[in-house]
Order: sequence, then structure tokens, then C-alpha cells
Amino acid sequence: MKFGVLIFPGSNCDHDALYALTRNLGHSAEGIWHESADLGDVDAVFVPGGFSYGDYLRCGAIARFSPVIRPLRRFARAGGLVIGVCNGFQILCEAGLLEGALLRNRGLRFVCRTVDLVPDTRASAFTSHCRSDRPMRIPIAHGEGCYFASDAVLDRLEAEDRVAFRYAGPNPNGSARSIAGVLNEGRNVLGMMPHPERACDEAVGSTDGIAVFNSMVASLAGSRATSDAR
Amino acid sequence: MLAEVSEAVAVEHGLTPQEYRRFTDHLGRTPTITELGIVSVMWSEHCSYKSSRLHLKKLPTSGERILVGPGENAGIVDIGGGWAAAFKIESHNHPSYIEPFQGAATGVGGILRDIFTMGARPIAVLDALRFGPPDDPLHGARNRRIIQGVVEGIAHYGNCIGVPTVGGECVFSPCFSKNPLVNVFALGIFRQDSIFLGLAKGVGNPVIYVGAKTGKDGIKGASMASEEFGESSEAKRPNVQVGDPFLEKLLLEACLEAMATGAILGIQDMGAAGLTCSTAEMGGRGGVGIEIELDLVPQREEAMTPYEIMLSESQERMLLVADRGREHEVLAVFEKWGLDAVEIGSVTADGMLRVRHGGTVVAELETRFLSEDAPCYDRPHGAPHRIAGMDGPALPDRTGEELAADLEALLSAPDLSSKRWIWEQYDYQVRTNTTAGPGSDAAVLRIKEAGVSLAMSLDGNTRYCGLDPRLGAQLIVAECCRNLSTVGAEPIATTNNLNFGNPERPEIMAQLVESVEGMALACRHFGTPVTGGNVSLYNETLGKGVDPSPVVGIVGILRHTRRPPGACFEQAGDCVYLLGGLLPAAGEDLGRRFGSSQYATTILGKAWGLPPGLDLAYESAVHTAVRQIVGQGLARSAHDVGTGGLAVALAECCFGEGRIGARVTLGRSFPHFWHSSTNRPRACCCPSRPTAVVRSRRWRVTVGLSRCGSARPVGPCWRSALPGGRAWKSPSTGFTGRGTRLSKHPWGCDEPSQPSGPVALRCS
Repeated sequence: MKFGVLIFPGSNCDHDALYALTRNLGHSAEGIWHESADLGDVDAVFVPGGFSYGDYLRCGAIARFSPVIRPLRRFARAGGLVIGVCNGFQILCEAGLLEGALLRNRGLRFVCRTVDLVPDTRASAFTSHCRSDRPMRIPIAHGEGCYFASDAVLDRLEAEDRVAFRYAGPNPNGSARSIAGVLNEGRNVLGMMPHPERACDEAVGSTDGIAVFNSMVASLAGSRATSDAR
Repeated sequence: MLAEVSEAVAVEHGLTPQEYRRFTDHLGRTPTITELGIVSVMWSEHCSYKSSRLHLKKLPTSGERILVGPGENAGIVDIGGGWAAAFKIESHNHPSYIEPFQGAATGVGGILRDIFTMGARPIAVLDALRFGPPDDPLHGARNRRIIQGVVEGIAHYGNCIGVPTVGGECVFSPCFSKNPLVNVFALGIFRQDSIFLGLAKGVGNPVIYVGAKTGKDGIKGASMASEEFGESSEAKRPNVQVGDPFLEKLLLEACLEAMATGAILGIQDMGAAGLTCSTAEMGGRGGVGIEIELDLVPQREEAMTPYEIMLSESQERMLLVADRGREHEVLAVFEKWGLDAVEIGSVTADGMLRVRHGGTVVAELETRFLSEDAPCYDRPHGAPHRIAGMDGPALPDRTGEELAADLEALLSAPDLSSKRWIWEQYDYQVRTNTTAGPGSDAAVLRIKEAGVSLAMSLDGNTRYCGLDPRLGAQLIVAECCRNLSTVGAEPIATTNNLNFGNPERPEIMAQLVESVEGMALACRHFGTPVTGGNVSLYNETLGKGVDPSPVVGIVGILRHTRRPPGACFEQAGDCVYLLGGLLPAAGEDLGRRFGSSQYATTILGKAWGLPPGLDLAYESAVHTAVRQIVGQGLARSAHDVGTGGLAVALAECCFGEGRIGARVTLGRSFPHFWHSSTNRPRACCCPSRPTAVVRSRRWRVTVGLSRCGSARPVGPCWRSALPGGRAWKSPSTGFTGRGTRLSKHPWGCDEPSQPSGPVALRCS
């Protein structure tokens, strides 16, 4: 299984994603510079957190114009799995791959803490292996993580079972309906504010994030098996 | 700006008449205004350490692990396996008072550049903050503005650049109301064979300027940091630089990539005194000259004078010397990252810093004369100024209920209340190395590449140092090493930040001298040589200075990358052990020593007497013992007994997620609960199996491990979430509504108070 991790100027969770995917989970992964015109032979794409282009203007608003976004759109349209975390979520929203927007936290402060997270659906390539016996412990670290969308959009997301994660405890950033992660219509693009790549190693406190990547791997293996069978 | 240079102009620039005469005598002519500007910043206290240099030599600076000692951008230690760590602390006190957000932000930016300029990738930031009380009736509003600005500034810069802020400390005292202290520590790691130094070499080699364009910001910032403040400090706001963490992130990545080409021979960041300091120091260290052409310097504004270009402290800039013929390799990397990189001059053989502008030479000075030959003073120092008298009130007789109320009052005092609202604004996890973050006794980061972990702690204690600077400095080194030992780390090297008032006053100078001597003694004893640091003097406003506030940062090493035990109790039924003891040394006057406790200051509203006594040999034995207990996995948690004494330490152990409390009965009387150290450093351990005595191999002594209680439910205790906020007491003994009560704070941020497990303390 090969993951591609996009690297924008100002990305700073790219190392963490590469480390978690390769060293903790044993997959292969490579960085993809933002000026790349294609994604190579990757099976899935990870859009990491950070402060792409300093988050000037608006989080993710400049990154969406990077050359790599064009092949990313093609990849997503073809059904490829794309996960955007934190700044990656913001970029996917700005690029129009996901609905909604991320506003400044309600508390007007950056918040870094480990939160309780529950998957809202199992019917996705990112959540099928998530546990249900207790909330997942996943860190958040953001200043602009308040998920916002119109009531109509929120209703539709819920009706179409496209809310991937919600905060289980107190809402840390004022997100609408405590939403922490959403899926696109095709269910192959996920954006989430919490950092599963920071929760893949007991040494740093939690391994609950592994389930997200295991779900992706299982889904890819499944679709590969299906296509082989055909 | 073509002012006529005269003695009066020189004095305006902060030079003394004697220094100006020495300058003109050396030059044999009247200097140009640019030359005067260059000399005034290079000879400022901030850049030349002219008041402290003599005394800093007393500090131990060498050791087995020390690869690079003081004098470079940062100290470097060997962490094994071919890996090294570079670390240093630096102050940004003056700018943070004038413009808290940018002052603190650029403090982070500056220290990070010091680290990556040596070739190391920064992996951790810690900060030691000192503010005026947020609830001060007179200065509260200003203090709160400064606190908020500084914390947001640190968060803004550190979060954006992607270096975790993993720990530090924050304390409050009225003496910091107009002189906040912002000391930032950073650490980076790299291979031992890729260390870069800030020196120029190879005549004819190109001198390359990289990074941000030069603007008019921060001109003469170094001189400002070497003066006292008066009424009109607001007017100095343009002296504070403005930071751009995104640009620095690019600069960081580009520099590390450019260094990997092997074409860079020397590199230095442009921090205090900007282009002036980097050229003079690189030339001075290399024993060569540097010639630069200012017209080539990328500029943000038009028509900047040579004086302004040389003295600008615009951020995110570096100066490097490349191998002639290979400079294109370096330039290509910076182009990839979209950064300016321009050859602005070359290395010369004559040892002169020669600056050209518009075809003429505007400054021509010896590099050695500017750096190595800067003035050095043996300032008079007598008896240190004491912040309080020797004798205090008789110790009060307290009932159990009063003691319980005292404990709550202590826990909700700004100094001891939870600092979560500060550190939650920092991304302390990015890079996934943080195995013990803020709130721990020491921050611990695993070094994935080297298979070890590094622990870091910053400590200071203004009250101890104000009562006895020599003993106070020893105590903070001991405390710092104790914090490291509590997480199982062996302390290896120190960096220090010496924050004092005006050194021209003998009683202040004496505080500096005695602190340095005390620190030297303790660092020798604990085997933690000083690899560099920073001196911040003239922390005074309107003639009122800060109490002596040396801060030490010590780095320790662990031979594994696992998670160390935390500070909080984890399982009911475990035994609580007190390592060390409560007995004061023979003949020690407990009443006087008690005057330096947090209890005396917070509850009795007064400080007096002396800091706790310190028996260095016993202290080391306790450190060794706790390191072994933790190292062998015998303790489920461990916490050091520090400010606030045993009562506060035990309460702190009860603030864990499991809300495990403790019932503790001491066979001792009232003061022992509150005194932070009656000559007996202690660590609270909660071992997973009972251990009666621990034998310490290195010291061949036996440290008593007295069992003092166990973790059992009694009644809850709440700790205020915000400094100055009020602790909320549960009406019943149950936990109903836990985590939901808010402590209202005057500055309008609501956060839940932290409930603890139940605490019951009894004196028999």
C-alpha cells in the first residue's frame, strides 16, 4: 500500500504522517511537493496539517491554487482515497472537494489537547475499522477548526450519512453539531480536524488513530480484490 | 541621516564618554555615523556582555559530552550514536514589555534561528515567563494584556513554524509588573558530523545574504535592550521587530537543505544588531575581514541609509559564507524555497569590516575590535540587595479547617494554579516526539533517530534569589536536576538566562555575581556544564528593577524512547512514598527558612529570612535514587516536591484523569507540609510494588523512603484553571458536575476548573 503525503510550503505535519505510515504502520509513503503535476503511483493521498503559505489570507485559501491540487482533484474524481487532516481539511474545503468551511475557534484561541472522538458512520473507507466500545482518543491542535455549513448542508450531510466523526466530550472549537470530520458525496474524500497520525504510537499517548488508516487499507485491499475478481 | 558625530551623539547612542574616546583613539579619526551605530550596538550590554563577561568565566563549561561550549550561537552536546543536540535560552524581555505579541513571537523566532544556524533541526521550545500579577489593583489591566499578548505571540510563532512548545514555567510577582521576563529555550538535533559554525573563512569566498528583505524595523533593538525604561517606552515600539513564522519555516527548511550540499562554510543568523553583528562576529571568529556592498542588500523600503541597513533587526535573515565556485548550489536551494539569496560581498584577508554604499566606503572597522575587544568591566559589587528582612512573624497556629482553606488558596494563587490555559494554546505534540509534555515535571521528547529521549526543564525562583542569590541559584539548579531525575533522566548540560536590574548599581551587580558563583558551584556538583546562554540586564522601569531572576535550562538524557511515568496518582490502593525526608538539618532555623516558602508569600502575605538550606551531596543521592526507581519501573508515578511544599505536591498528584486522591498522615507538624525543602529534597513516588529502601550505586548511600500514606478517597479539592481565578469547592464529597463548573475570570475566558481526586492531609 502506498500513501502520498502532499507537502506545501508551511506544511508541518508531513513528517508525522510519513513517520506514522511507514514506521508505525509499515506502509510505504512518499512526500509529494506542491509543485508536482501528478501524484505518481500512490494508492491514497494524505493532505497534512500545518500552516500552508502561513495560512495568510485564509487557511488553505492559497494552497488550493498549488499545481498539485489539479492532479488531486482528478484522483479524487476517479474515486481515489484522500484524507485531509487539520490544515489538510481546510485545504480540501477551500479546493471544493468537501463542503463547509472551518472558522476561527469559538474560544478565539488555538487549542491543543487530546479529545474524545466518535465515528458517526461505519459505512466509509475511513471509519470501518474504528472501535465502538469507547471513544477514540485523538489529539487536536488548531486555531481555525470550527466547522461551519448552512443548516441545509448540515441536514443533507446527516441525511446522507456523511458525518464521519463527532466530538464526544465538550465541543472544543464550537463546530456545528459537534462535527469533527466529514465525507464528500463519493465517500472517498475525508476531512477531519483531529490528527489520527499523532495517535499511532503508545509512546506519544494513543494508538486510536491507527483504525483510520487500517480502514483505508482494508478498503483499498477490498476494492483491489474486487477488481482482480473481475 | 547625516548627523555630525560627536561625543554627545555617541552618548545618545548609549556609549559612555570613555568608550567613545577609546573608539576614536583606536580609529585615529572621527567615526562616521554608520560606524558609530555599528560600535554602539556591538558594544551594547546585549551584544558584548561587558558587565557579565568577567563573571561568566567562573562557570564550568567543559565536560565529556560537550561538543561546542559558550561563544557560538548555541551549545552542543553529544547524545550518543553519532547524534548531537544544540540548545540555548534567550530573553526577549524588553520587546515583550513594549509590544507583547511581536516581542514574544520574535523571541521564539530568534532562538530557533540560533539553533538551525548550527545545522540542527529545532524540535522543542520551552519558555520561562515572569509577569506582574493579573489581579494587581494598579497594573492588573496592563499585566493581563502583556500575559495574553506574550502567550499568543509564542503560540503564533511556534505553532506556525511547527516546533512544539513542550514546557516551561510561569510565575507572577509585582516586581515584574513593568518588567515582564520572557525567556525562550530551544533545542534541536543533528548528526555530529554536520555542525555548522558562525565563522567566515577562505579569502575571496562569497558572503551571501538570505531570507527576508531588510526594513526599518527593530533599528537599534540591541541598544534598547541595554537600557532602563522610562515613562516614554511606548515611543520605542518601532524598535520592536515584526516576525513572520511562515518565512522562517521556509528559511529553516532551505538552510538545512542548503547545508546538505556541503557548499556552506559558515553561517550565522541576523538577530540582535542584524547585519552588523553577523558580519563582525563571523569575521572576528574566523580572524578574517568581510567586505560588503549595501546596495546589493535586498531592501523592503526605498532610500534606506547605510546606518539603517546595518542596524535593522528585520527578522528571518541569515548570512552565510559559501565555497567560491559552488555558490550556485546554495543559491539554487533558496530559489526552490522562493527566498532571496544574494551575494553581497566577500571574505578578505585584512581583518576589516568594510561597508560600501553608493560607491563609497561608509564604515571601515576591525572585526576583532568590534567583537573580541569590546569593553569588559569589573563593576563594583558589594552586598547584594535583599528583597526582605531576616525576621518574620511567628508561625500561626492553624486548625485543620484553616489548613484546608490554606491549601485551596495556594492552589488557586496565580503561581500554583493550573497553567493549562497557557499551554493548550501551544501545539506541544507536532513532530510526534513528545512523550511527556507541559504539566509534567520535565518535558520529555523521544529522539526517534538516536533511540534515546531528551528531558528538558526550565527553573527559576525569584524569591529564593532575592533572599540569597548564591544559595538561590544553587537551589534552582538542584530543582531543575530534580525535575529531570523525576522523569528518570540524567542531567547533562545547562544553559542559563541571567535576568537582573541595572548592573551599574553595586547591590544589583552583587546579585549577579553571587548568582553566577552559586550556579557555577551547583553546575560543577551536578556535572552539568554551562554551554551558553544569555544575560539580560537593565530590567528596570522608572528606577524600579526586577528581583534577581536567573533562569536555568538543563537537558537530561534517557536511554529509551518510552513514556516516562507521569506526576499524577494512577491507581487507588497504591502506596505513596516520600523520598528524602522532612527533617531540617541540625541547627537549621526553620522559622527563618519558612519565610521563603510560597505559603509565607501567598497566605501570610510576606517573605522573609532565607531560602531552604541545601545539602548538595544528599540532593544528588535523592536524584540518583529517584532516577533508579523510575528507571527500573518501580514507580507508577513520580512528582517532585517544589514550590508550595509537600501539601501542594500531593494535591498536584491528585489532578490526574483518574481523579485518584490520597490520604496522608505525617508525623510532623504544620510547617513541614508547606515548606518546599527543609534541607531535604524530596520526590513523591507511587511505586507499583512496595520498596522499602533503595540503594544508590553511584553514591553508595541509602536514601530513606518513608511511607507516608496511600491513595484513597476522602473529599475533593479543586484547582483554579486560571491564574487569579478562584478555586471552586465541591459542595459535597461527590464528583457531581465534575469538569462542568466554570471559574469566571476577569478577562472573560471561561474554562472548567480542574477537579482533583480527593485529598486528605493530617498532621499527627
